[in-house]
Amino acid sequence: MDKRLERILPKVQKPARYTGGEYNQITKNKDEVELRLAFCFPDTYEIGMSNLGMGILYSTMNELPYVWCERVYAPWGDMYEQMKQNGVALYALESGDPISEHDVLAFSIGYEMAYSTVLDMMDMAGIPIHSADREDLLPLVIAGGTAALNPEPMADFIDIFLLGEGEEMNNELLALLRTAKVEGWPKQAFLEKASQIGGVYVPSFYKPIYNDDFTINHFDVHPGAPEKVTKRIIADMNAVHFPLSPIVPSTEVVHDRVNLELFRGCVRGCRFCQAGHVYRPIRAKSPELLAEQGKALLKNTGCQDITLLSLSSSDYRCLSELCDDLLGYCEPRSIGLSLPSLRADNFSMDIMHRIQKTRKSGLTFAPEAGSQRLRDAINKNVTEEDLLHTCRLAFEGGWNTIKLYFMLGLPTETDEDILGIAELANQVLHTWRLYAKNKNRGVRITVSTSCFVPKPHSPFQWEQQVTMEEYIRKVHLLRDNIKAKNVVYNWHDPQTSYIEATLSRGDRRMGSVIENVWRAGGRLEAWSDYFSFDRWMKAFDDAGVDPTFYAHRLRDKDEVMPWDNVDVGVRRAHLWHEREQAYKSELSPDCRKQCSACGAAKLLKGGKCDG
Amino acid sequence: MDKYIMRFSKTGRAVYISHLDLMRTITRAFLRAECRLKYSEGFNPHPNISIALPLSVGCESVCEIMDFKMLEDMPCDEIKSRLSTQMPEGIEVLEVYEAERKVKEIKWLCVSGVFEYDERDAAAMAEKLNEFYSADSVVITKKTKRGVGESDIRPAIKEISFEWLDSDVRMQAVISAQEPTLNPELIADALRQLAPDIAPDFAKFKRLEIFDENMEPFR
Ligand code: SF4
Repeated sequence: MDKRLERILPKVQKPARYTGGEYNQITKNKDEVELRLAFCFPDTYEIGMSNLGMGILYSTMNELPYVWCERVYAPWGDMYEQMKQNGVALYALESGDPISEHDVLAFSIGYEMAYSTVLDMMDMAGIPIHSADREDLLPLVIAGGTAALNPEPMADFIDIFLLGEGEEMNNELLALLRTAKVEGWPKQAFLEKASQIGGVYVPSFYKPIYNDDFTINHFDVHPGAPEKVTKRIIADMNAVHFPLSPIVPSTEVVHDRVNLELFRGCVRGCRFCQAGHVYRPIRAKSPELLAEQGKALLKNTGCQDITLLSLSSSDYRCLSELCDDLLGYCEPRSIGLSLPSLRADNFSMDIMHRIQKTRKSGLTFAPEAGSQRLRDAINKNVTEEDLLHTCRLAFEGGWNTIKLYFMLGLPTETDEDILGIAELANQVLHTWRLYAKNKNRGVRITVSTSCFVPKPHSPFQWEQQVTMEEYIRKVHLLRDNIKAKNVVYNWHDPQTSYIEATLSRGDRRMGSVIENVWRAGGRLEAWSDYFSFDRWMKAFDDAGVDPTFYAHRLRDKDEVMPWDNVDVGVRRAHLWHEREQAYKSELSPDCRKQCSACGAAKLLKGGKCDG
Repeated sequence: MDKYIMRFSKTGRAVYISHLDLMRTITRAFLRAECRLKYSEGFNPHPNISIALPLSVGCESVCEIMDFKMLEDMPCDEIKSRLSTQMPEGIEVLEVYEAERKVKEIKWLCVSGVFEYDERDAAAMAEKLNEFYSADSVVITKKTKRGVGESDIRPAIKEISFEWLDSDVRMQAVISAQEPTLNPELIADALRQLAPDIAPDFAKFKRLEIFDENMEPFR
């Protein structure tokens, strides 16, 4: 181990997150591989090690014998200071070697608030942050993840974005890079070739031309590069490589458990939801395969908890059968099975009863809006009756903690809709009074609200976010109307949501704002410990960029969006139609009831979704 | 068979795994090895394992001791061979045997240390260190829960010597393991308090062996 590191580590909190050496980590001989890749997660070890996508791609990239993919996370503040003071550059966990020795830096960017950390990690590695300043082919900086589906805010910094699911695409790109390295291609030649790989977006090949009002007129596309880059998907989830021996952290992480991914995509189409649109179409794994993988994962990790992941687990067709199979394995071994993202319906409660026989932890539901009208407008197909009935079953079953999540500032929202939230919470309390099995234990109902952030590629991508003042007014209105003492109201501060709104629909001009924030010390900004609203406001000022342009402006139907070069499968016309439905408070059927020809089916070979 | 003891080492990168994290890491290794530990009764069952003399973060050891109970008997060699493939880097199972003695009987610890001097002449230090620790008492101030207290660490040191080797000073000592427990870090801390001119810029320690009160290796 590096001598300097040996002196630093005893001084920092939880040093085990900076050492590597965990069970199942992948080490290779660096002299026997041709490409070394630093897989960078722009957040802490605890968050990154809980990320299923990163675990999968770590394994698939290491499947290539000529590649050694290692993990890199952003150090917490105390470690960061120590590294700076002692001149320790960012290093990879497996080998302990500095990132500057690697050929590729691959960032997984799940959320916009991580942008400043991406710049910081490049800088800690001693690599110029601007793509244009890295003239050589190597190190190559690539990025993927949900936030990459609007690549523009980070376009100046990243050489290549990989859009969509990475299992196949990453390895195709690495194969090309291997050739380029051996043959000594110049960077430009490599980028041109790479742009021919499906899902590869080379930002320098798309130059935005702005109108006087800073909306985009069009993009100048580099000759030969595709006009639009279509995201990649894995068509057959049963055939795709999936790691059965993931790394077992030696220290506590956020989600310390086995994650089993039931399916990708979603059939629901909630109009505020980006994930529900960008991951389409739905593709499920077979229950037999899942049960087999789940058991193997439990056995190979020694984890005592397993979670069934997906955007809406209740929509997994074979959920009941899968749960039975897994319970047969878990119960005798005291392994906990959990199922987040259940819908509030009978079927889900039945399953909850079966899996949480002893540990009745709290139940969480996300009605998102307080009135039926607004729930219809956002296409959240949950009725008050469903919700209350589910609560009744829960209270009868012995649960006494219910969390309800809502958004304030949704399009078409009125004060009446907000009062509906208070009313709904009262109804839940009333239901408890009527049906609770054991009232002595009391009840705890938590209502949480956050400020709605309009997202690219969703039907609300044209919308304006409410101002922070308006959000606070709404919060106060709701707070003043929640009177029962068993109902607790929490609200998220709107400052982060506001910044998120500027970043998520940002264009390339946001690059200088992000850079300013980073230069002023911004990093790990998803953490309230490190987020500074004033720093962002100053960064906007210094860059001469107006944040309200991104957050509070209603876009025209035909406005060129910064992410228009990215095709996630769903047609823009479909999104606009969904938006119009919202303004009529009309529901659209989910994919299972009736296909609304959103366009995502074209990503599948047969052109037909499993629904 | 009721109680087993696992002797293991904790070296290299594993020294940064905290005591609590180590318990969890080892529990998981048992689960993977399909060696079923006996759990406590009650609402929140946890495995009946205990690691003697918690090691501080950063300290190496080749003589750690953990006792545990199994749900079903299993030959000691079998347990050892199953576990040995399940540990993270730096944790090595040395031996598994039936527990006959109580951990309470551990009295002395043999530790080695490396004292690093960046700008000063390490060769000259060894002698001064020997001199410093030849005193009968070394009273340091320690922060306790109740405020700042004084404590003499010298009686807890049975033997200690320093010598110069490969540009560092090497320490070898036998210190009290229990009642009182002496954290070897205090040997360097005492210098920082009382003799800063010979205090090392960095010191690291390694446990080599545990002994009972008759100075027989504890097994
Ligand atoms: S094409 Fe039809 S079934 Fe497929 S995702 Fe779109 S709406 Fe759903």
